[in-house]
Amino acid sequence: MRRITKIISSSVASAILITITCSVSAQTDMDAIMMNKNQFCQGLTYDYSSWDHYWEGTFKRTNENLGTVTTQSVMYMPNYGITSNLNVMASVPYVWTNASEGVLHGMKGFQDLSLVVKWRPYKIALGKNQLSFFALGGFATPLSNYVIEFLPMSIGLGSTNLTARGMVDFRRDRFTVTASAAYIWRSNVKLDKDSYYDTQLHLTNEVEMPNATQYQLRTGYRGKYLIAEALLTKFVTLGGYDITKNNGQLYPNIKMNSTMVGANVKYTLKSFTNLSFDGGGNFTVAGRNVGQSKAFNVGAFYVLNLGKKAKP
Amino acid sequence: MKKNILIYLSIVAVGLVTTIVACKKSIEGRTENISFLAPSNVDANAGSWKLVLLSRPDSFSVAAPAATNSPGYIGELNEIKGLQQNLTSDQIDKIKYWNAGAVLRWNEIMRELVSRHNLPPYQNEDGTYPIPNSANPFNYPQFPFSNPPYAARAYAYVSTAQYDALVACWHYKTLYNRPAPYKTDSIINANAKYIAKTDLPSYPSEDAVLAGVTAEMMKLFFPTEISFVEQKAADEKASTLASGKNTRSDWTAGEALGRQIATVFLARGRTDNAGKAVGTPALWAQMEQDCAAKGEVPWISQESPKRPPMLPLFGKVKAFLFDSATLVNTIRPGAPPSTSSKQFKDETDEVLYYSEHVTRDRMKIIDFWADGVATPTPAGHWNDIAAMDFLTQNFSEVRWARNMALLNMAMMDAAIACWDAKYAYFNPRPSQIDPRIKTLTGLPNFPSYISGHSTFSSAAATILGHIIPSRQAAYDAMADEAKMSRLYGAIHYRSDIEVGEQVGKSVGAFAVQRAESDGAE
Repeated sequence: MRRITKIISSSVASAILITITCSVSAQTDMDAIMMNKNQFCQGLTYDYSSWDHYWEGTFKRTNENLGTVTTQSVMYMPNYGITSNLNVMASVPYVWTNASEGVLHGMKGFQDLSLVVKWRPYKIALGKNQLSFFALGGFATPLSNYVIEFLPMSIGLGSTNLTARGMVDFRRDRFTVTASAAYIWRSNVKLDKDSYYDTQLHLTNEVEMPNATQYQLRTGYRGKYLIAEALLTKFVTLGGYDITKNNGQLYPNIKMNSTMVGANVKYTLKSFTNLSFDGGGNFTVAGRNVGQSKAFNVGAFYVLNLGKKAKP
Repeated sequence: MKKNILIYLSIVAVGLVTTIVACKKSIEGRTENISFLAPSNVDANAGSWKLVLLSRPDSFSVAAPAATNSPGYIGELNEIKGLQQNLTSDQIDKIKYWNAGAVLRWNEIMRELVSRHNLPPYQNEDGTYPIPNSANPFNYPQFPFSNPPYAARAYAYVSTAQYDALVACWHYKTLYNRPAPYKTDSIINANAKYIAKTDLPSYPSEDAVLAGVTAEMMKLFFPTEISFVEQKAADEKASTLASGKNTRSDWTAGEALGRQIATVFLARGRTDNAGKAVGTPALWAQMEQDCAAKGEVPWISQESPKRPPMLPLFGKVKAFLFDSATLVNTIRPGAPPSTSSKQFKDETDEVLYYSEHVTRDRMKIIDFWADGVATPTPAGHWNDIAAMDFLTQNFSEVRWARNMALLNMAMMDAAIACWDAKYAYFNPRPSQIDPRIKTLTGLPNFPSYISGHSTFSSAAATILGHIIPSRQAAYDAMADEAKMSRLYGAIHYRSDIEVGEQVGKSVGAFAVQRAESDGAE
């Protein structure tokens, strides 16, 4: 009956800069599944995201000097059930970027460490229906001093983020609907440059990062071994500026908005329920100052029950 | 147990929120809250300093002011007293802003305008590129595209015009010797809390001269920004009057003088060959053929679609510090290593090494000196460096203008010398020769030899080291870093950098020569 929980991997990769999506909260769990008490899950995922169209403000274009921009990542994700209603999880991604055309050099490195506390304070059962409420708090901070002013080749935006998320999950038999909304506080960031122009010239290396919100609606089948869901994810930057026409110098405080649709499937082995695999894809259907990314991810997760081991 | 964990987690969460919110304070620019300009010497004799373009400081006349006991003047003093009552905090902030130094503030505004317009045009449907047109500046692509040579020239014209205008201003200040309102009236003196009080006569107003000359110069250099700049001039006027620094007639005379002096610089700017620097498709092709005819690999644009080379005839622009014969015979460097030579191959391999061995320390240097698209350009970066140092020197406004003029003449002429060499040799970029070379900064769309950053930076370091000798070693170190950033970024060969440094130093020496003989030292 163990249930393997997975931290949403929906894309650290697509999270990257102008490929943003779920990125900022890529490591935040947006699903309604909890680890049981003393269960320790470890996962490894691979994300691949690419785009050849992008939005400069609202102007959609291609760029022969970039061709297709690809962001890939490998992420380690541990998750522990303190109780069946309180989980803590983390993720550590290694990210690398590439442009298929032009002369720009790709970047690589460890991106942001993410820590999430997931709490399910209420669960109400009414006949066949079950309603659960979740509160999540996330903290993310760069693991390395990666370059943030070489977008779109940079591997991240460099801010330290705090995320507060509320989530409601409705379940009837195997059918589920999960809705979540998150507010993301983003710290200021520092450039290598000591002045920069966004909509005005700033004589400092410090960039004020706009906060952001993220919404997700997911629905589908949640069985004992198989989970299959459709996802709608929206990321909205609260402030920031539009990229001006043909401006190749981008800073992390761009107004990056995106709407993505996607699907996610997870399968737990019947013969060996400690192990599960998952895969998914996301496609950006609307955006502003982001790449129109197509992203997919695959992952494997392994659960250990530390509680049993601890017993004499 | 569960409760304890929750309490603990809540404490951690609150702590994190507090930390983040604390880090989120709004940013402050390094010149936002600096104190007012308090010159250690008002340079009372500056009316006799050597002019750049004007033949005499009184080429444009300024009428004698009314006496300080005349009814008209007393009315003007009452106007100031009225303005000084109930100043809002916003008005006080503006007074402080402008009184930190008007040369500084106009220089910062220039850097902002250069950044805003420093954007290469987006291609046409057919793969050609539109060229900004000064006759129709609001049409996309807006005029100008303030790329590095354009910007260096704009800084130089504005700085030299400001300098000549202030020399003329000082001439009339000495001639008419009308004291500032805070000297004449004790109430104004008591309310003039945000300015330095000196013995400098206030007629005509130096702030007004600067506002007038700068606003007028923008009509040539940033025609889409005239309304923006006139608003800044109006802000400066309101702030200066309310500060108690000058009266309305001080302002009016100064602004008119500034605008008149600008016409001399505008006339030169319209005929200095910059308007022809874009060249023609036939010329671009000819340059490529001429290079190939010498047995060398010619530069080819690596942008897609192929973009015409940036301002190939900028080397023909009329310099401030030397004539065209001196440029070609004395300053122009020898040819770069032949593209078929061993040295060229070795230098290309060195670039490949830096492309393949990226370090965070080198990235910091590359980014810091990138000064590419949507920045104030390398010349603007050196204006920033100079301004931060000038602030520590307590220069008078006229000395600020003189030093900025020297710096910017050196950098405009460095741009001319650099562009002359680039198009005399039409040398390819490393990434054109070896496609394995990927760049760590934007690849400039013009020939490689010689490096613009190296030329600009060495010229700037040379003249700045003359102006503030105690900082010479620091400027040289900065110039070295700026130069090397282009090799680290995998966009320049070592020869581009080393020869660029030599050319920059020789251009800088012309500026030093002028500085030694302009009467200000």
